[in-house]
Amino acid sequence: MVKSPPDPSSFSLPGALRQEGLTQADYEEIRRRLGRDPNRAELGMFGVMWSEHCCYRNSRPLLQGFPTSGPRILVGPGENAGVVDLGEGQRLAFKIESHNHPSAVEPFQGAATGVGGILRDIFTMGARPIALLNALRFGPLEDERNVGLMEGVVAGIAHYGNCVGVPTVGGEVAFDPSYSGNPLVNAMALGLMETEEIVCSGAVGVGNPVMYVGSTTGRDGMGGASFASAELSAASLDDRPAVQVGDPFLEKGLIEACLEAFQSGDVLAAQDMGAAGLTCSCSEMAAKGGLGIELDLDRVPARESGMSAYEFLLSESQERMLFVVRPGSEEALMASFRRWGLQAAVVGRVLADNVVRVLREGVVAAEVPASALADDTPINRHELLSEPPAAIQAHWRWSETDLPVAAAEGITPASGPLAGQPLSWGDVLLRLLDDPTIASQRWVYRQYDHQVQANTVVPPGGADAAVVRLRPQQGEGALAAASRGVAASVDCPNRWVALDPERGAAAAVAEAARNLSCVGAEPLAVTDNLNFPSPDTPTGYWQLAMACRGLSEACRVLDTPVTGGNVSLYNETRRPDGSLQPIHPTPVVGMVGLVHDLDHVTGLGWQAPGDRLWLLGMPLAGSAEDGRLGLAASSYLESVHGLATGRPPLTDLSLERAVQGLLRQGIAAGLVASAHDLSDGGLAVAAAEACIASGLGAIVELPSGAGRLDRLLFAEGGARVLISLKPEQEQAWQELLATSPPPGPAPLATPIGRVAESATALSFEQDGTNLLSLAVEELRTSFEDALPRRLAATD
Amino acid sequence: MTIGVVVFPGSNCDRDVRWAAEGCMGIPTRFLWHEERDLSGLDAVVLPGGFSYGDYLRCGAIARFAPVLEEVAWFASRGGPVLGICNGFQVLTELGLLPGALTRNSRLHFICEPTGLKVHPGACRWLSDYGEAEAISLPIAHGEGRYQCEPATLEAMEQSGQVVLRYQNNPNGSVGDVAGLCNPTGNVLGLMPHPERACDSRTGGLDGQRLFASLLG
Repeated sequence: MVKSPPDPSSFSLPGALRQEGLTQADYEEIRRRLGRDPNRAELGMFGVMWSEHCCYRNSRPLLQGFPTSGPRILVGPGENAGVVDLGEGQRLAFKIESHNHPSAVEPFQGAATGVGGILRDIFTMGARPIALLNALRFGPLEDERNVGLMEGVVAGIAHYGNCVGVPTVGGEVAFDPSYSGNPLVNAMALGLMETEEIVCSGAVGVGNPVMYVGSTTGRDGMGGASFASAELSAASLDDRPAVQVGDPFLEKGLIEACLEAFQSGDVLAAQDMGAAGLTCSCSEMAAKGGLGIELDLDRVPARESGMSAYEFLLSESQERMLFVVRPGSEEALMASFRRWGLQAAVVGRVLADNVVRVLREGVVAAEVPASALADDTPINRHELLSEPPAAIQAHWRWSETDLPVAAAEGITPASGPLAGQPLSWGDVLLRLLDDPTIASQRWVYRQYDHQVQANTVVPPGGADAAVVRLRPQQGEGALAAASRGVAASVDCPNRWVALDPERGAAAAVAEAARNLSCVGAEPLAVTDNLNFPSPDTPTGYWQLAMACRGLSEACRVLDTPVTGGNVSLYNETRRPDGSLQPIHPTPVVGMVGLVHDLDHVTGLGWQAPGDRLWLLGMPLAGSAEDGRLGLAASSYLESVHGLATGRPPLTDLSLERAVQGLLRQGIAAGLVASAHDLSDGGLAVAAAEACIASGLGAIVELPSGAGRLDRLLFAEGGARVLISLKPEQEQAWQELLATSPPPGPAPLATPIGRVAESATALSFEQDGTNLLSLAVEELRTSFEDALPRRLAATD
Repeated sequence: MTIGVVVFPGSNCDRDVRWAAEGCMGIPTRFLWHEERDLSGLDAVVLPGGFSYGDYLRCGAIARFAPVLEEVAWFASRGGPVLGICNGFQVLTELGLLPGALTRNSRLHFICEPTGLKVHPGACRWLSDYGEAEAISLPIAHGEGRYQCEPATLEAMEQSGQVVLRYQNNPNGSVGDVAGLCNPTGNVLGLMPHPERACDSRTGGLDGQRLFASLLG
């Protein structure tokens, strides 16, 4: 029996519902499920468990379309992280998660605790974290607030990751005005399983002790999950107490102690306390196990005195976990945690009844059927527009013929900040390299320890994907040479998604797989982070639905099932005039792949003068009218002509498959000296980046009569990769090519030039006419200075 | 020959030192938990990088009270080779085995990148396999690596040849471009760069190998 007052008159119901992000209809449903009125603590439990963050109440029907199984998938969606089989007895846990709202309000701690949270998801499964990546989005750096947010976020990620001793090996950063005031901070972690059994979260064994380990429980982070499920406004700054404070030192000990504990075999189930803290972990463990949990708050290690049951239940204090353990093992387990300076206490037991019962000072403070909290959670039904919104349709009517003439000398934009200024193609390329989204991210990644654990094979910026050697840190194999690796990439072409969510999301998957293929890795599986504005508007829901459709289709064709991820909605800021600024819909795709032989890992920079250049994917000649490639929605169009418009190219998934397969075969055969995918800025930017990475120049020959020059240089799309080969390997390469049938009439690869023998300049030529020639140093200056110049004085 | 590797709760390069010494170079290692006191059978001790006890107060400030470090200080005083890398260097200065202190990098940011160094081995036994003024590259990875000391102290160390590693392009604002120091007797070396990250051709250069190899010499 619930003894604390269930009487709703003891608190203001409308206020409490607003605070918990619940509707009146939710309240009626809660009453129906309980058969009575909930008390305040119980209402708080429903508030977090029924938030988008915890139960996907808007996106769940859409997520059901994802392919989630495959021969290598050991754990799919629903657990703390996905797990894939790498063969040879090795298994990889991985997941991505957002910390957008906390980072908007308190960038340093918001980002730091985002890293801490995703690491816990990994080691809760019994895996030691071996790598971190992150995908970040900010508003333009011309606005000082965005500079402050970026500095804080990067410093926060660095603080946590560097201290906890997990290398941050890769990631991406992009900028758009839609992210002003609502930055995106998505952190991805990879871990190598160290336990025989994957540790799952469902409670087992009636009467078994429930143990609490890690840090103490305080008042920090109250209601973070509900907070993360609402839009941001100036008043959000008052929500700072909803942002938690992280302690990476404590987490370091927690990783070691948890992995030790799991290896003992005495931990039967584990759940980290992330969003909604004790409430969420108890409810999920109970619901997944089909059993109940009794939790005595008096035994929970508290950081401060006088906390109410409500505060205990909803605290999001960091670095905490809940275990179900084997009876009799409690003392040994607790001693091991104390050795690492951590809290450990038995705080409850597993019940036969499927309830979460919370005791406080000897009375029942809350008692809710676990299934009422965690099963059949409410779904917000939305109607899907039958055709694209009018504004999108208007964008799709844009055509390249609307642009000014592209002459051999260059172009004079008719729109944007450069309107009326004649630009050479060299001017255009330098401008693109200076675009913060394209430019070198060295300012960011040099703040991350990317080498700790001594397995980082490719430094950030050295290749299209991060590569980490699969040498365990602990136990058998830690001191043995290892020849295999895991590759990872995070990608999202958000401008494309904004202009066509289905095509953009498919392109995100294709690009992630292409990036992995460029280093020679076989793509295995996906974790996705859906960062979207409110789904409550017709356009918002259409974006979410179409992006899920594109993502599902691409994952299916490329054989990369989705093993889980995160949904972050209501990413929008309220402008002073009261209107809402939604972000670009940003479905970030985190993908992992297997490197079978580290000897063949391929970087993006040229390797030797005189090497031959080949373009994989759609050839330049004959592509003039093809919608799979173009200037629509391109970086060139936005950066040079001030236009974010057009319909982004259609991703040809069968061409992607064929190109990536050929590339991986060529790399495995040792034929490919360098490989770099064509992304923002197209061919010219890809070639420039390969020059900058190597210090070597290149000469690229463009075919004649192949359409607009700017399209040849800067078009995006077309499943394209620029590779270089030693001249003596060219014949073997052509033989391989001959045995790889393309899905269409065009060949899968065409020769387009060579690495310069002596000149340290990048040149583009057509019919003997030089269109562009720039010294590599000049390219490097634009590329490397873009971020430091804007982030100014401090570094 | 066995190297002891000290492990504080917040050490995070302990396993990397073990990999470099034992995995890459075949020199046996033994971990020394911070509460231990038994150094018997060890020929050298390494204080690895990391954040020892979280380092919220000041890097290495709490670590110096660890039981194991009393033994390490005693070991060093008898001429035993002691190497402090990054956070280990910070601990050595807090212990007083090396003078000065390490503070926040001049531009405040954490920096992780390869760094060019000049070696001046002098009497430092850890660097005996390097040539005078030899240029090498080792990675740095620190937020608090700016070496500071009294001008007179620096002057004295310059004179006695204790400034054994200097940055070629000072990344953190250290006085005298100091990247590494040894004690007057040459058995204690503290350095901010990570030699253990340069012992494996798969993940970096090999410029750090001779530092560990000197123990075998």
